[in-house]
Amino acid sequence: MSSHATVHPADPVHHPELCRLAEDSVQRALSLGATDAEAVVIQSEEFHVNVRLGQVEQLTESGSRALGLRVFFAADPSDPSAGCRTASTSTSDLSPQGLSRIIDSAVQLARVTGPDPFAGLPEREAFGAHDPASLALYFDDVPAIPAPDRIDIARRAEAVAMACDPRIQNSSGADFSANTVWRSMINSRSFSAQYRSSYCAFSVTPIAQDADGAMQRDFWYSSARTARLLQSPEEVGRIAAQRALRRLGARRVTTQRCPVVFAPEVARSLMGNLLAAANGDAIYRKSSIFADRLGQKVAGENITMVDDGAMVFDYRTQDGATLRVGGFGASPFDGDGLPTRRTVIVERGILRSLMLNTYTARKLSMSSTAKASRGLAGTPGIGGGNYFLQPGELTPEQIIADVPSGLYVLQTMGHGVNLVTGDYSVGASGLWIENGELAFPVEQITIAGNLKDIFCNIVAIGNDLEFRSAGAVPTIRVEGMTVAGS
Amino acid sequence: MVTDSPAEAADHKRYFLTHLGLTERLMERCLGEALSAGGEFADLYFEAVLSTSLAMDEGILKTASQGISVGCGIRVLSGERTGFAYTDDLSSERLLQAARVAALIANGPQTQRVRSLRELPSPSLYPIAGFTADAEIAAKLQLIERANQAARSFDPRITQVRVGFNDELRRILIAASDGTYASDTQPLSRLNVAVIAKDPASSSNTTSGSSGGGGRVTLEFFTGLHSPEHFAREAARTAILQLDAIPAPAGEMPVVLGPGWPGVLLHEAVGHGLEADFNRKKTSAFAGLIGQRVASPKVTVVDNGRLAGRRGSLNVDDEGNPTQETVLIEDGILRGYLSDKLSARLMNIPNTGSGRRESYQAIPMPRMTNTYMLSGQDDPADILRSVKRGLYAVNFGGGQVDITNGKFVFSASEAYLIEDGVVTAPVKGATLIGNGPEALKYVSMVGNDLALDEGIGTCGKAGQSVPVGVGMPTIRLDRMTVGGTSH
Repeated sequence: MSSHATVHPADPVHHPELCRLAEDSVQRALSLGATDAEAVVIQSEEFHVNVRLGQVEQLTESGSRALGLRVFFAADPSDPSAGCRTASTSTSDLSPQGLSRIIDSAVQLARVTGPDPFAGLPEREAFGAHDPASLALYFDDVPAIPAPDRIDIARRAEAVAMACDPRIQNSSGADFSANTVWRSMINSRSFSAQYRSSYCAFSVTPIAQDADGAMQRDFWYSSARTARLLQSPEEVGRIAAQRALRRLGARRVTTQRCPVVFAPEVARSLMGNLLAAANGDAIYRKSSIFADRLGQKVAGENITMVDDGAMVFDYRTQDGATLRVGGFGASPFDGDGLPTRRTVIVERGILRSLMLNTYTARKLSMSSTAKASRGLAGTPGIGGGNYFLQPGELTPEQIIADVPSGLYVLQTMGHGVNLVTGDYSVGASGLWIENGELAFPVEQITIAGNLKDIFCNIVAIGNDLEFRSAGAVPTIRVEGMTVAGS
Repeated sequence: MVTDSPAEAADHKRYFLTHLGLTERLMERCLGEALSAGGEFADLYFEAVLSTSLAMDEGILKTASQGISVGCGIRVLSGERTGFAYTDDLSSERLLQAARVAALIANGPQTQRVRSLRELPSPSLYPIAGFTADAEIAAKLQLIERANQAARSFDPRITQVRVGFNDELRRILIAASDGTYASDTQPLSRLNVAVIAKDPASSSNTTSGSSGGGGRVTLEFFTGLHSPEHFAREAARTAILQLDAIPAPAGEMPVVLGPGWPGVLLHEAVGHGLEADFNRKKTSAFAGLIGQRVASPKVTVVDNGRLAGRRGSLNVDDEGNPTQETVLIEDGILRGYLSDKLSARLMNIPNTGSGRRESYQAIPMPRMTNTYMLSGQDDPADILRSVKRGLYAVNFGGGQVDITNGKFVFSASEAYLIEDGVVTAPVKGATLIGNGPEALKYVSMVGNDLALDEGIGTCGKAGQSVPVGVGMPTIRLDRMTVGGTSH
């Protein structure tokens, strides 16, 4: 692995020619009559290798570029309340003809849309200043890792997983990926900004088999913005093996109501629903369990949930220096170009703020909380940055020790979450808790309840908050859910 | 229904040769470069996709977007290894550069030469539909407006309506070192309606409903049984129905699945587990079960990529092979896997034309097309009457499977209690869970009413999404776990 990790000092404009294409596209849309226009350009480099049973199985190395354009036409230039028509287009063909084609089609498509009083770019004064370098999103050690080292990391992780136990004789493989993305956004309201980000990750998925031939797989991974912060392949391989092995011999339990303890990986997706319920799009349509609940109690007093689009972590390196690294969900500006920020969504159970982009904020007569997510085409949606549940005092072991009889969920399956009604029903597997101890693995069961109740019935929160991905939630214990089995 | 027409095939190719300036000479040079480090096989996959999306929301056509994606993926096989590179720049320099990157998966002198490209006739299972001319956009706007009106006028309790029309035209050309030379033009469209209903007596009682359909069809498809009014009424009906839904039951019980989209059961319970890549690696719960009983004798399941106009259908797969009807389970016995070039060669099994990929940026792998169970002898009414206490599920959201331990889930979005053989109260959404190699052994009745879904399915595997179809007659499963809250 590369020994030098450096934050790029000022993140200058790396692709002036692509910035020019974006600027030209905006200008040409304006010259065709658009009141406003906005262009994004994304250039990315991708490396991905799959290793299985020690051999390279797939290796991908490539780069791509694409441009997305949004145009706005005021329905009545003399009356801003008449709203505007809008359309968006995107292309991977950045030739002059390719760009002409999407600029023309954006203008034509906008004509067929209806005027929307709430559509449009943010107000000029909302954009503010950006300092991408302070977020530390890009580390040049990621593209610098030599390909043989990347392959070796995946290979070592798999080798250790397979050497852990004689019951592991097969593997779904291990992989390593390294990606860098450069993103630029320019609009007709004087906004222009660019930033780069880097990401590397590896994972391994061993398969354990018991004496009667039944197989179980599980995986573990490590990901980081700089190669320096990746865990050792050996450590990840060992954890993956333990996770697969502990599922062997899983059985079903009878249908019952019991305490359910969610491990951090599944607690994260459960509590991610809390942010989804606070999504401004669902709120203005009144199609969320949190509609009309701003300022009211929506969860237990122990629940504080934060979304932070500008989160930076300080890591202590081996030589005692401090390494500042931006979170996986961090970015200098959101999909509308607004500076990202920290937003307390739920504070001690009270719904304090919503996940809003510019459009949904206007619909609700509020201010954007800068949660716009923007791909290439389409209007911006809403997406979180780094989000987390405020941790509690208990260790995960203490939480489990407190359960007389219940379920410790390690994995959920399926999409049985309805944010309109709050109904929650998913497949689950994990370990059964008997007298405060992990007794045996369980599978082919479901857990069900209603999110409105679940958020109020979290009776214990762990101290094990760890940002392994954009969101982090510690171990939690929920009362009153139904486990369905045999 | 299926007509072979070599003349059509020539048309598919012309776009790449005329509009994008590619030549067969350049393709052969790229393939030669790709094999230069000793690879055994190489292929080029050129793709040009034009997609359009229109959406009406709150009665306003708020969204109109269009995307263009053009590129080439170059793959080199060497033993079990795959080298892959792609480019969105189709200049000869960039194509040759991508070929050299992919070539490096092998490590030695060139051993294979490029066979001359030869084109085979391919069927015409779907029209070459255009969706972007002004007239077609106007027609789509009319469909959207009609759906919007129909949903709003269905019931005063419908408070929100969103209607979307998404379509794409995907052109592909495949040239491979084994001489494969194939091309296709694949239309795909889908109309969607999503509504919110509110009980005026209780503001917290809010529900949703959605419906949609389409396929590899022209706009004429959206008439009669597939009219915008049909999809709008379906979405509104399910939302209104849910206002009175009671908690779903919890635990093991007999389950009757209605015809059509509930066939997603097959997709999750057996389909993925029978994809050859998982079986080659022996990571599937179905590995080694060929010739063995995995379902009741009443169950026959096929995967068929050759149904005219269907969402999962393809004239050729993404490796240039013709698609086919493949029997997966015959009278309860496991018969075969779904394979692509790599798995067919390594496992020494027939190639079922199941190699699919999301785009030029992705490596092909064995995938399903349209997967369904054949009709049986039972009257659907008798099937319902046979159940003393159970669940009748007629519509579903998505599903998921762990192919290694075989456990799968799928989530009912419209379901009812069955009490003493009679369908009674609607229940709230609930997830059903089962074990793939076991679940279909409990199929005790199979209806005579096979139906395919309306054209809404998208399947995800290893991060790649592809359109698929499913289908099933009404069936009775004697045992299945229902994940409700009522216990």
